[in-house]
Amino acid sequence: MITGTPKPIEEILEMVEPYDNIILAGCHGCVTVCRVGGEKEVQVLASTLRLAREASGKTIKIREVSLERQCDPEYVEQMRPYVNDYQAVLSIACGAGIQFLAEKFTTTPLLPGINTGFLGVTERQGEWAERCQGCGDCVLHLTGGICPVTRCAKSLFHGPCGGSVQGICEVDKSIKCGWQLIIDRLKDLNQMDNYTKFKPFKGWSSARDGGPRRIIREDMI
Amino acid sequence: MKSGSNLEKVLAAGHFSVTAECGPPRGADPDVVRKKAAFVKGNVDACNVTDNQTSVVRMSSLAGCMLIKEQGVEPLIQMVVRDRNRIALQSDLLGASALGVRNILCLSGDHQKFGDDPQAKNVFDIDSMQFIHLVRLMRDEGIFPSGKKLEGAPKFFIGCAVNPFADPFEIRVPRLKMKATAGADFVQTQCIYNMKKFKEYMELAKKEGLHEKVKILAGVTPLKSAGMGKFMRKMVAGMDIPEEVIARISAEPKEKQAAKGIEMCIEQIQELKEMEGISGVHVMAIEWEEKLAEIIGGAGLLPRPVVE
Repeated sequence: MITGTPKPIEEILEMVEPYDNIILAGCHGCVTVCRVGGEKEVQVLASTLRLAREASGKTIKIREVSLERQCDPEYVEQMRPYVNDYQAVLSIACGAGIQFLAEKFTTTPLLPGINTGFLGVTERQGEWAERCQGCGDCVLHLTGGICPVTRCAKSLFHGPCGGSVQGICEVDKSIKCGWQLIIDRLKDLNQMDNYTKFKPFKGWSSARDGGPRRIIREDMI
Repeated sequence: MKSGSNLEKVLAAGHFSVTAECGPPRGADPDVVRKKAAFVKGNVDACNVTDNQTSVVRMSSLAGCMLIKEQGVEPLIQMVVRDRNRIALQSDLLGASALGVRNILCLSGDHQKFGDDPQAKNVFDIDSMQFIHLVRLMRDEGIFPSGKKLEGAPKFFIGCAVNPFADPFEIRVPRLKMKATAGADFVQTQCIYNMKKFKEYMELAKKEGLHEKVKILAGVTPLKSAGMGKFMRKMVAGMDIPEEVIARISAEPKEKQAAKGIEMCIEQIQELKEMEGISGVHVMAIEWEEKLAEIIGGAGLLPRPVVE
C-alpha cells in the first residue's frame, strides 16, 4: 500500500488559516489501511481543527467527506456538485489522490493534510516499512525476493558495501542490511550463483528518472 | 602496460609497492595539498587523493590530484559513485586521464548521512562493481557504455577497495573475485588491525588464485593514540580492531602512544611484506602525513624503486 504520516497540526492550521469553510476529504484506500486518511481520521482531524479554530476566535466550517478512492475519477466526481460551495479542500489521501482532486477541481485550492510516504507493508500493528520504489523493472526473481533498489540504502546491485555489520546497515541501527537479507535468502534457496553474476547497469528510464510515467492498456481502453 | 602508471610499473617489475593517501582540504587553499605532497614525495609509488570521504565536502579529488602531480607525486584518483551519475563519471574519467592521472580507485562512497549535508540527494546510478566495469570498457575497448567510440581511450590502472572485515564474511572473497572479473587490476584493503582474520581472508583469496589476478595492497593506518583506536572501533562500521591491539597501545603512557602506534604499524607492514599474495601496502596515515617517511622507511621500503 501507499503509506503516509499526518502533517503536524500546526502546519495544517497554518494552511487552513485563510479559510473559514472547507471540505476535509479522506480516502477509503491505502490511507485507511495505514490509519492516516480514512473516515475515522477525517472525523478526528475535523474535530481538532474546529476546536483549535474556536480557541483562536476564528471558527471554521468543515464538511467531512470520505471517498472510496481519491485516485479514481468516478469517486472524485462525487464531490463535484458541492465542491464550489467551499473555499478549499484539505485532503488526507496520498499525494496522487490530492493531485487528482486538484486537477479535477481547477478553481479550488487543494491542501495536503498528510505527508505521503512509500510503497510498503504493515510489519506489525502500527509499523510500516518500505518495500518497493516502483522502478519499473523488477529483479526480485534474481535477488531472493528482496529488492536491492529499495532495501539497500545505496541501491547497490552488487552489495553489500563495507558498512554492513552483523546484518545492520551503517546508515541506521534500525535498518537491516538489504544485501545481508538477499544473501541469506539466496543461500536458503540454493541460488548463490545469482549473487556472483555481474548485473549490467540498471536502466533508470523506467523509474522516475524517465519523467512522469504512464501505463496504457490498449485491451482495456 | 595498461596505463603506464608508475604504480603499475613498480608492481609489474615485482617490487613490493607503497601507496599512501592525501585528504584534500575543506577549503580552496592549494598550499594545504602542496604541504601534504611534500611529506609524501619520494616515499610512495602513487598517492591516493580522497573523494569527499565520509561525505564531508572537500576540494575535489581531481584538483587534489593535479596539485600533488605538480609537486612530483604520482596521483591515484579516488572516485565515488555517490555523487555522480554515469554521465558525470564518464566525463570526469576522460578529464582525469587527459590531465595525466593514470591510477583510479573505484568506490561506492560513504552514505551522505555521515557528512555535513545529510539532506543531500544521493545518486548511486551505478555501483562500484559496475564502475570498475565502466572504466575497463572505456580503457580496453575504447567505447562508451552506449557503444559509441571514444576519441582517445582513457588510460587507467584500475583499483577497487575491499573490506575483509565487513559482514557477511563468506561473500568477501567472492566479491573480490567479482571485482577482479569486472576489471580491477589492483585492490586496496580497508585498514587491517585483525591480522588473524586477514590471513584467513588471504588464504581463501589465494585458493581462488586472486592474488595472481589482481595486485593486493594491504591497508594500514597507524594509531596516534589508544583513544583513536577505541573511537574508530566504535564509530567506523566494518572496522575490526582487536582488543589486544588496543591493549598494547593503551599500556603506554599518553605521550608515548603515538610512537608506539608507529612502531606497531611498522611491525605490521613487515609482517605483510612476508605474506604470500600481498603485493604492497597502502598506508593511510590520516592527517599524519608527516610520519610517512618514518613509517615506510622504518619498514625498510625506502628508497622507492625507479622503474623505466
